[in-house]
Amino acid sequence: MPRMSTVVYSIGQGGKNLRRNRMFSLASIGTMAACLFLFGIFYFLLQNLQYAIKGAETNVGVTVFFEEGTSTVRIAQIREEIEKRSEVAYVMYISAQEAWERYKETSLNEEQIESFGEDNPLENSASLEVHTSDVTAQRALIHYIREFEEVRLINDSKELADMLNNINRGVSVVTTVIILILAAVAVFLISTTISTGVSIRAQEISIMKLIGATDFFIEAPYFVEGILLGTIGAAIPLVLLNVIYRKISGYIAEKLISVLGRGTMLLDSGEIFATLVPLSLGIGIGIGALGTWVTLKRQLKKVH
Amino acid sequence: MSKRYDLESQLKDIDVPVILFENVSKEYQSGIPALKNVNIEIRKGEFVFIVGNSGSGKSTLIKLMLREIKPTSGRVYVAGKLLEKLRRWQVAKFRRKLGIVFQDFRLLPDRSVFENVAFAQHVIEAPAREIRRQTPRMLALVGLSEKGRAMPGELSGGEQQRVALARALVNNPVILLADEPTGNLDPKNSWEIMHLLEDINRRGTTVVVVTHNREIVDEMQKRVITVKNGIIVSDQKGGYAYAKNEYSSI
Repeated sequence: MPRMSTVVYSIGQGGKNLRRNRMFSLASIGTMAACLFLFGIFYFLLQNLQYAIKGAETNVGVTVFFEEGTSTVRIAQIREEIEKRSEVAYVMYISAQEAWERYKETSLNEEQIESFGEDNPLENSASLEVHTSDVTAQRALIHYIREFEEVRLINDSKELADMLNNINRGVSVVTTVIILILAAVAVFLISTTISTGVSIRAQEISIMKLIGATDFFIEAPYFVEGILLGTIGAAIPLVLLNVIYRKISGYIAEKLISVLGRGTMLLDSGEIFATLVPLSLGIGIGIGALGTWVTLKRQLKKVH
Repeated sequence: MSKRYDLESQLKDIDVPVILFENVSKEYQSGIPALKNVNIEIRKGEFVFIVGNSGSGKSTLIKLMLREIKPTSGRVYVAGKLLEKLRRWQVAKFRRKLGIVFQDFRLLPDRSVFENVAFAQHVIEAPAREIRRQTPRMLALVGLSEKGRAMPGELSGGEQQRVALARALVNNPVILLADEPTGNLDPKNSWEIMHLLEDINRRGTTVVVVTHNREIVDEMQKRVITVKNGIIVSDQKGGYAYAKNEYSSI
């Protein structure tokens, strides 16, 4: 267990190393900040896309049509059964009249509407619109609904469900790859900074070794340096990202929501940063410590 | 007082060698032998000069004593430790028993005289109170009490070497190894350093000095070990000249 004075000394030396090795320290902090800034941007994208997908998932549904003569009471019973399932967000009943009104609105012109007079050609088209909370469970839900003998037809939205799933998976893969590349770049730069620090202090390290310094005593200031680089490199983008995110979500809330609807709302910044802050700091400190460890194992052997 | 402490204090008083080389040979990777079958015994409290030409094996001797390198064959004991048996973490603890002075001083240029001396105590994780007490004492011993705040670059060569001596002594070493301590100094400063080393030796520290300075070796009349082509060719009390008479090529 190191003495308190040694811990204080190591922290002091780590801070001094940052100042002595100013240019490389700034380069490392800059790269780390850029990496974690990009990470933050991808994190925003990923989280908000998942949020949007979640929202879209509840809008994606299947429409269930019934055999001619199925009573509204029976349809209500089937609706209740379907609502009991966990993947079902909500179920809407569309009466034959509503279905005809919608069709008229979306697909017919005045002349065509008049030609039908009071008739409802969709008389037997009362339906249930079933919305899911998890688009991946749609297949199982359709299978379940088919079991009711009154069900005549099910219109699903398989293509949309598949597309949303693919986007989700694609963004996760791209984000992971980009983050891994950026992390490798950051480790390389921190490693270069620590290597330079070791070569600048080669004489000091050599003297330390000769007069009986333990490995801990020699290495601790470099770990402090690496961890400081990582922490500062993580803190800068977090501050920037926070400002940017608040501005963007504020702008969207103010200007675009009335035009594009609630689907354009971003996740609350508190919710995003509650995870992003510890994640970024963890990555920063982890990369700083890893870069230092990798370098010291290699570099200190060269100093006699 | 514990039994262990009793035993340690008794051992201190026994006239045992603090440095012992037993049939030590060293070959570097190039295959050239640096030392051949060397036997040296240096007892507690001795003052010993090691002399020889460049490439004679003097530096290899020092490196072996510091456990910077291991012998190819034979055994090296320093301060009661068989060095080849020391593990990596034990080497650090072992070196705390030694004080080392170099020809080029090896001071940290960006730290004051006080900090350079205190540095040796930080390294061995001495308590802050001990550092505040011991550092001024060492600076006083080498006559630099007034220069604590000066930077090494502001000092003369002789003063810088005295700082290096203070740093070497601050942790009360059993052995002081001085590798060409007067190599970069003028005669006046060289004598000042040698008188300091003699004074340190009188206080009980074993002093081993590697040097080329014939005048000093002749004048001080201490034990002189002469190395030539990796072999100890002479080991006796007297000056450099005495050794030279026997081995004229040195």
